[in-house]
Amino acid sequence: MGRYVIRRLLQMIPVFIGATLLIFLMVNVMGDPVAGLCGDRQCDPATAQRLRTDLGLDKPVWQQYLTYMGNVFTGDFGTAFNGQKVTELMGSAFPVTIRLTIVAIVLEIVIGITLGVVTGLRRGRPVDTGVLILTLVVISVPTFVTGLLVQLLLGVKWGWIKPAVSSEATFGELFVPGLVLASVSLAYVTRLTRTSIAENRRADYVRTAIAKGLPRRRVITRHLLRNSLIPVVTFIGTDIGALMGGAIVTERIFNIHGVGFQLYQGILRQNTQTVVGFVTVLVLVFLVANLIVDLLYAVLDPRIRYA
Amino acid sequence: MTTTAKTATVPGPRAAADYDGHLLEVRDLHVEFHTRDGVAKAVNGVNYTVDAGETLAVLGESGSGKSVTAQAIMGILDMPPGRIPQGEVLFRGQDMLTMGKEERRKIRGQKIAMIFQDALSSLNPVLSVGYQLGEMFRVHQGLSKKEAKAKAIELMERVKIPAAKERVNDYPHQFSGGMRMGLILITHDLGVVADVADKIAVMYAGRIVETAPVHELYARPAHPYTRGLLDSIPRLDQKGQELYAIKGLPPNLTRIPSGCAFNPRCPMAQDICRTEVPTLAPVTEQDGTDLPGRGSACHFWKETIHG
Repeated sequence: MGRYVIRRLLQMIPVFIGATLLIFLMVNVMGDPVAGLCGDRQCDPATAQRLRTDLGLDKPVWQQYLTYMGNVFTGDFGTAFNGQKVTELMGSAFPVTIRLTIVAIVLEIVIGITLGVVTGLRRGRPVDTGVLILTLVVISVPTFVTGLLVQLLLGVKWGWIKPAVSSEATFGELFVPGLVLASVSLAYVTRLTRTSIAENRRADYVRTAIAKGLPRRRVITRHLLRNSLIPVVTFIGTDIGALMGGAIVTERIFNIHGVGFQLYQGILRQNTQTVVGFVTVLVLVFLVANLIVDLLYAVLDPRIRYA
Repeated sequence: MTTTAKTATVPGPRAAADYDGHLLEVRDLHVEFHTRDGVAKAVNGVNYTVDAGETLAVLGESGSGKSVTAQAIMGILDMPPGRIPQGEVLFRGQDMLTMGKEERRKIRGQKIAMIFQDALSSLNPVLSVGYQLGEMFRVHQGLSKKEAKAKAIELMERVKIPAAKERVNDYPHQFSGGMRMGLILITHDLGVVADVADKIAVMYAGRIVETAPVHELYARPAHPYTRGLLDSIPRLDQKGQELYAIKGLPPNLTRIPSGCAFNPRCPMAQDICRTEVPTLAPVTEQDGTDLPGRGSACHFWKETIHG
């Protein structure tokens, strides 16, 4: 187990380098970062040249990458377009996005798994068909449509929520945005749980549990659910990274100043350091979340051993 | 062809203290499965009784309805697709098919238990063997986790699993085939059946075709099907001969032959066998003396047993 974790951590190094290099190159292709620094005005050529030399942008890309990575390892992620340190931006953005992700994940787990169990046990009945159609609709409609619609109805028309989230971005304020963010994954979790439950329901061990005279509730929670959740846990685990990085649309709609918002600003202003910095951290989140999922397997299924 | 025997043993006289009828009585039990190819009639009017301390072995090819009957008694039939259109399963005079779910659950595992053919694949792979054994004592007797574990160790010692104390926390996959065998008696050996059972019911296409005290059945079968089964047992004293096999295949349960279901495979079949369903009638000696406990559902039982 310990050796497995070490090996996995070592494997992260090339993945990390590859991912950051890729994003670094892609951002470079995006356009001239100096142009963004001057705001909406056209840069004066002399100033632009000076800025380029100051920032080391006249050097070859590979050298820029090495310098940048060297800085990253000393904790210096560079400066954002407005002169703020990228680390400062992260300090304010990540807690907000983490709160949003927590709301989304909790909703995914609670609503998704509950609906999955209910429909899986009643396959073919009206509840099942209804939920199935509903999930299909949620999956097919893009998040920006769901988000804007929810904002319009709940926020503007009916006034149940504030249409925009305040700068504090409390859990309460993030409930509806979290639901919007989670919606598609929630539908997948429902379907995944449903299939898994329906499949395992006929398994011999469930029959044994019933034959032992266990109460139905115990058969479902201790025996059926435990086995059925293994694929669901994988999905939710990998979804953590996706939700954190993929909140761009939701954060834009509800004016949440989180990671997605900062990334959007970074791209708009062609600020390499903001974009690469945030993506670097997101890559790390992805990698760690995947490792945790793989380790969770062994907890859920004792037949899996790591060597 | 695989022939297996299922045995039903019921707890001793203690359980029958205030009830003097049959401990278990199955009356005109029918079970059908609704499949894409039509209605498969798996059990078609089975009757039998088991008294306290008595062991009944049910014999038949796969698909003859032995397992389905057992599952219907235990209440672990998959419904749907299974359905019990007719019949009663009386446990100490009470119909288990109509009693409340909770009442029935308390009988299951405590008063009537089922031993599955392959213990390993019938256990939950993600829970320890000790937990799954102890669960019964926790649910039925309200024991604590610790007491239940002690009981589980006791059970494992009783079936001679070495180092039961250490192995109680092991998972099903960690048990070897030999140890699994220690837990139950699975037999395709009709000789073993003779040692453990008191009486036998032979099933074919969902009907009981012959009943008899165990040794009488072996000595003098009163149904051509039973005789076929017994003739297909390999014997030490008939070395080198070709093994006898009943010709043909078990019937398709969605299209059970008219008349006697065994008629297409029966060496003695006459016209009447294709039109009239034989009922399970008492079997007597040639001079008409009663043979207690014996019955045969064959139009030509006299010819079979005496001829």
